[in-house]
Amino acid sequence: MAGAFFVVLQRDLHVALRRKGDALNVLVFFVVVASLFPLGVGPEPNQLRAMAAGVVWIGALLAAVLSLPRLFAADYADGTLEQMLVSPQPLAAIVLAKTAAHWLLTGLPLALVAPLIGLQYGLPMDALAILLASLLIGTPVLSLLGAAGAALTLGVRGGGALLGLLVLPLFVPVLVFGAGAVTSVLIGISPSAHLSLLGAFLAVSSLIGPWAACAALRVALD
Amino acid sequence: MLEIQALACERGGTHLFSGISFSLPPGCLLRVRGANGSGKTTLLRTLAGLTRPSAGAVRWRGSAIDEDYRREMLFLGHAPGVKDDLTVAENLVYALRIGGFAPSGAQCEQALECLGIARLAALPARVLSQGQRRRAALARLALSAPVPLWLLDEPFAALDAAGIAVVSQLCAGHLARGGLLVLTSHQDVDIAAQTMLAIELQG
Repeated sequence: MAGAFFVVLQRDLHVALRRKGDALNVLVFFVVVASLFPLGVGPEPNQLRAMAAGVVWIGALLAAVLSLPRLFAADYADGTLEQMLVSPQPLAAIVLAKTAAHWLLTGLPLALVAPLIGLQYGLPMDALAILLASLLIGTPVLSLLGAAGAALTLGVRGGGALLGLLVLPLFVPVLVFGAGAVTSVLIGISPSAHLSLLGAFLAVSSLIGPWAACAALRVALD
Repeated sequence: MLEIQALACERGGTHLFSGISFSLPPGCLLRVRGANGSGKTTLLRTLAGLTRPSAGAVRWRGSAIDEDYRREMLFLGHAPGVKDDLTVAENLVYALRIGGFAPSGAQCEQALECLGIARLAALPARVLSQGQRRRAALARLALSAPVPLWLLDEPFAALDAAGIAVVSQLCAGHLARGGLLVLTSHQDVDIAAQTMLAIELQG
């Protein structure tokens, strides 16, 4: 189980290293989306500070949706996904490894860049720390639930748009509690309740996401 | 060792085949023939456990197919399963490691040598021709002696005469060791085998 996980994780990171553009595109997309908001709503500092967390989180959601269709599609097209399904490795380990690789390549860099965006919006230091924490807990949820959506829309025509419609509603709790954690710091209350709930979502989605993705992959390759 | 009982399949509501039964002893070659669209690939995918049959069962060593079966089975389908961004050698190593082997560098080199693509080892698979890509996928066979059941879907497609000779030799060696081989092919390639069976699918 652990062996399969690390082989597939290593393979996906190896492939990503040869296609640096894919991961970089998602990151740049996130930065651009987050930087467009002040141009649209005007430079009023208090207003910007209040909306910073929401903007960063919505940017993260959109970036995830942008990157998710590729999670299984490339392996599906060249037949390597089929080879993984007929391999003796447990499919759950393979799916979990691909999800982990997706998070390391999109969620993690995005979370690390987010404090810089927050700084642009004038967030104080303690709020920046909580923004980073909420993203570190919340973005794996996007990868885990997104993997299930990506597997469900595998091989479907126009799957990318469908994937967005499918997973964005599932991301709502993460958006609410992720942005809520930062807002609570700004108004002077403890963010621990929000972060605990995010942690709970992470626990639940790490069970549901891979399981649903496995079932969907078996159907997609039937 | 491999038993098929009254297997039936349909795709997209169309009936493909039904009532297929056979039993393969060790060292047996089964050729699956049939016109385009008669269900050869579906039959192989069913044997590999990818496609669920609408009736019947596939049994291996007397029990239904499970993880142990996948450990003893190698399936190579239409898509070669070769990643464009990785080199030929890396593709081989990852394919084997996901298949549960830990090949040494020398073994991999030997396998690529056997398929005549050793000089391409360090090239990304993106630049390969169709036939070279097929050879890169088939290089696994040279290191898959411990796997008793090989399911090969059109392994000779896109291969030149030399490639076909190498692959049929690998297959003959596998059968001589007591392995099982199920093969779909439009070409009539000679493969030496103790027992040979053929089924013809009527589309």
